[in-house]
Amino acid sequence: MNLVAFFAFLVFLFPPFSFLFPVIPALSGTPRDTLIQAWALDDVLSLDPADIFEVSASEIAGNSYERLLGYDLDDVSKIFGVVAKSWRVSRDGRTIFFKIRKGKRFASGRPLTVADVVFSLHRVIFLEKTPSFIISQFGINKDNVKQAIRQTGNDEFAFTMDRPHALSLVLSCLTATVSSVVDRKLVLSHESDGDYGNGWLRTHYAGSGPFLIRDWSPNEAIFLERNEFYGGQKPWLSRMIYRHIPEQGIRRLLLEKGDVDFARFLGADMLSILEKREDISLLSVPKGMLYYLAFNQKSKPLSHSAVREALKYLVDYQALVDVFSGGRGQVRQFFLPGGLLGSRDETPYHSDVERARSLLAKAGYPDGFSLSMDVRNIMPFTGIAEALQQSFAKGGIRLTLNQIDHRHLLTRYRRREHAIVLAYWGLHYQDPHSNAHAFAFNPDNSKDTRFKTLAWRNSWVAADLTALVKEAALESDIAERSLLYRELQEEVRRRGPYIFLYQEDETVAMRLNIKGLRLGPSFDSNSFRTIVKE
Amino acid sequence: MRLLLFSSPAGRIFFISLYRFSLRIAGFILMLFVTSLGLLAITFLVSRMSPVDPVLVLVGDNVTGEVYRRAYYELGLDKSLLTQFSLYCLKILRGDFGISILTGHPVIDDLRRVFPATIELATLGILIGVLVGVPLGVLAALRENSPFDQGVRFFCLFGYSLPIFWLGPIALSVFYADLGWVSGPGRIDVVYYGTVPSVTGFILFDSALASRWDVFRDGLRHLILPGFFLGYFSFAYISRMTRFLILRELSRGYVLTARIRGFSDFRIIRYHVFRNALPFLVPVIALSYAHLLEGAVITETVFAWPGLGQYMSHALRNADMNAVLGGVIVVGLVFICLNLFSDFLKKLLNSHLH
Repeated sequence: MNLVAFFAFLVFLFPPFSFLFPVIPALSGTPRDTLIQAWALDDVLSLDPADIFEVSASEIAGNSYERLLGYDLDDVSKIFGVVAKSWRVSRDGRTIFFKIRKGKRFASGRPLTVADVVFSLHRVIFLEKTPSFIISQFGINKDNVKQAIRQTGNDEFAFTMDRPHALSLVLSCLTATVSSVVDRKLVLSHESDGDYGNGWLRTHYAGSGPFLIRDWSPNEAIFLERNEFYGGQKPWLSRMIYRHIPEQGIRRLLLEKGDVDFARFLGADMLSILEKREDISLLSVPKGMLYYLAFNQKSKPLSHSAVREALKYLVDYQALVDVFSGGRGQVRQFFLPGGLLGSRDETPYHSDVERARSLLAKAGYPDGFSLSMDVRNIMPFTGIAEALQQSFAKGGIRLTLNQIDHRHLLTRYRRREHAIVLAYWGLHYQDPHSNAHAFAFNPDNSKDTRFKTLAWRNSWVAADLTALVKEAALESDIAERSLLYRELQEEVRRRGPYIFLYQEDETVAMRLNIKGLRLGPSFDSNSFRTIVKE
Repeated sequence: MRLLLFSSPAGRIFFISLYRFSLRIAGFILMLFVTSLGLLAITFLVSRMSPVDPVLVLVGDNVTGEVYRRAYYELGLDKSLLTQFSLYCLKILRGDFGISILTGHPVIDDLRRVFPATIELATLGILIGVLVGVPLGVLAALRENSPFDQGVRFFCLFGYSLPIFWLGPIALSVFYADLGWVSGPGRIDVVYYGTVPSVTGFILFDSALASRWDVFRDGLRHLILPGFFLGYFSFAYISRMTRFLILRELSRGYVLTARIRGFSDFRIIRYHVFRNALPFLVPVIALSYAHLLEGAVITETVFAWPGLGQYMSHALRNADMNAVLGGVIVVGLVFICLNLFSDFLKKLLNSHLH
């Protein structure tokens, strides 16, 4: 009996931590001057603006660095100077002279000068990181960059291109993260092996934006603080913290409990639950991101235009938006998202199984065919893929889903190993050229081409459209340029190996006491400077 | 004098012992080296067979062919597998684990950050596993096939079968969101980040060293729930093994002899049965601990615990091979050391038994 009592004591002493719980008070709520956000930060690979190309890091850079130019969040065609005060174009249209605003300071306290701007653009070209193509597409490379981007006065520098591109295109590119200005002296003091300070800046900060990046603990949190040297209206918040919470259900829980102020990237089902709560509000804004299907033209049935046309009639577009985005999105059947120069709102395709079947019969596939589709192994991709699998089955097309990790999918896509891929594509800058180049430009379909665009990845060659992309990029007349993009979209819709599905909104779920959040059409334009906690 | 040392019997015994001890140490180092090398070679080969292109992670999706090729050469992917592996091993010998593509930090620094988080979690898990599992196992063996035994079996199977990705969020919503007994996901509340200097990397130790008891309490509150889950899974295993070992001992002749001689149940279990079962139980506990130290990926993901499991699975998905190999070395060494330690303990307990 003694023995039983002894073991029973051991067993029952330990598990009820419960006797401990009530005596340890929990912190609840977030500090008043601090904004805490929960989202999955595992896409952050670098904090160097010359290197940043992912969603999370773009948003952080957008709030901590100042770019050369900015754009109106309600009308992206209205571009204004941020670090630049003004600009003028040379007579031949190849050079733009930018004047720099005086009085700006970096978080280090050093004044921001034209030398910093020139250095920042130079290092983008020298480092040749992913986003460098935004600048190098104007014919600027390692050999000519010192001549092409050069200081021409105390507060002026010149930006010279190989050809006179459309001004709206060039200016849009200079609103991207890649045009962020870094503190030259600070960065160079950490240079190692001629890396222009990239090794150091990947994990540190050297900017002049409203917030400064205090610390980044990978897969844990990123800490931002108000930059007291910021030249514009200083943020109300003292601190902003991004917490890495990989599970969206846990992000929702934290928000409901009040331990974070924002929960980001929640699924449609979570948002519909949160929508009913009185202490939480939702803010949705269309983002320049599109869900689309792409067909590899090396795959036999897919290279037939009638087959592609048939597939477009087998999709229930509105149902995808309603189910997988909870209605927070718009059907888009052209390659440009809404609100951009030349974008088209028409929806010529709708679900029409009879028509699809007759098109398939015309193409010689009356009984359909079997194919595989590569898809990311997370929601909403898997859900959309299963819905498409069912829709396509109505036309006799048997889809096998190849559910794989994001990087695996990209590897296969870049190697052109897919048949069909369900993917997601976002604008790199707020100009139609960004998507036109991706979806229609393919001057060289060989394996070693310089341009591995989406058209190349799907082995789709349309020489006339490649020429049209070039022409539109050089067109200086805005109205004419808009017409060219409308034409280009129509051609890609008709002939291209894509089905554009829908454009998704970004929805932020937040506590009711948060006011003043401004969401832009891209993540680097989401602004937290104006946020106030009531 | 030297001659005397060699020629005297005591001197000879001393040197023979020293010689045997040196042989053991050499054998241990050789085994450590060969096992680590084998582990590295297999991981290296498997990682190179990964369908993910590591260059893509490094340079991104939108670069020209030249940039891609340069990165390909910089990563040494143009060389033969054997050359790549030899070069990597040479770097490891110099203490250079390389830079993680994903975090931009040296892998060794990342490991210093994430491994203590996993150790904290695993240690609490194994403590629960042992303190609950062993007594439960003994009691279940003593009451074999009784309702108590059946109850323990059900409780253990329940713990073993329920998926953590389902149970974790439910536990969080009950104990954190509704009752407020424990803190939410993460290792510590964000307001406490950076408030105590990182000396050991363990939140509990560092906060205690800095006499920041508020931070200590907060760390403990975060640790309890994920630690309890890991403990639940390990005690399910430990209690079943304990029950089996005790039952095996109870069926031996010496127990009957002891009972005939009139020894009390407590004396038989405490001084004979448990002692004889212990050398077999130690490796079970050691291996359970080693498994927990690998990092429980799902538990760490659900509880946003920045540990080794989450770090390595993220690295593996993104073909960040330096990070994966660095993590594998740590896990491998932990396994080897725990195994050796349990062997040592087993021998020690056996000799006491003798």
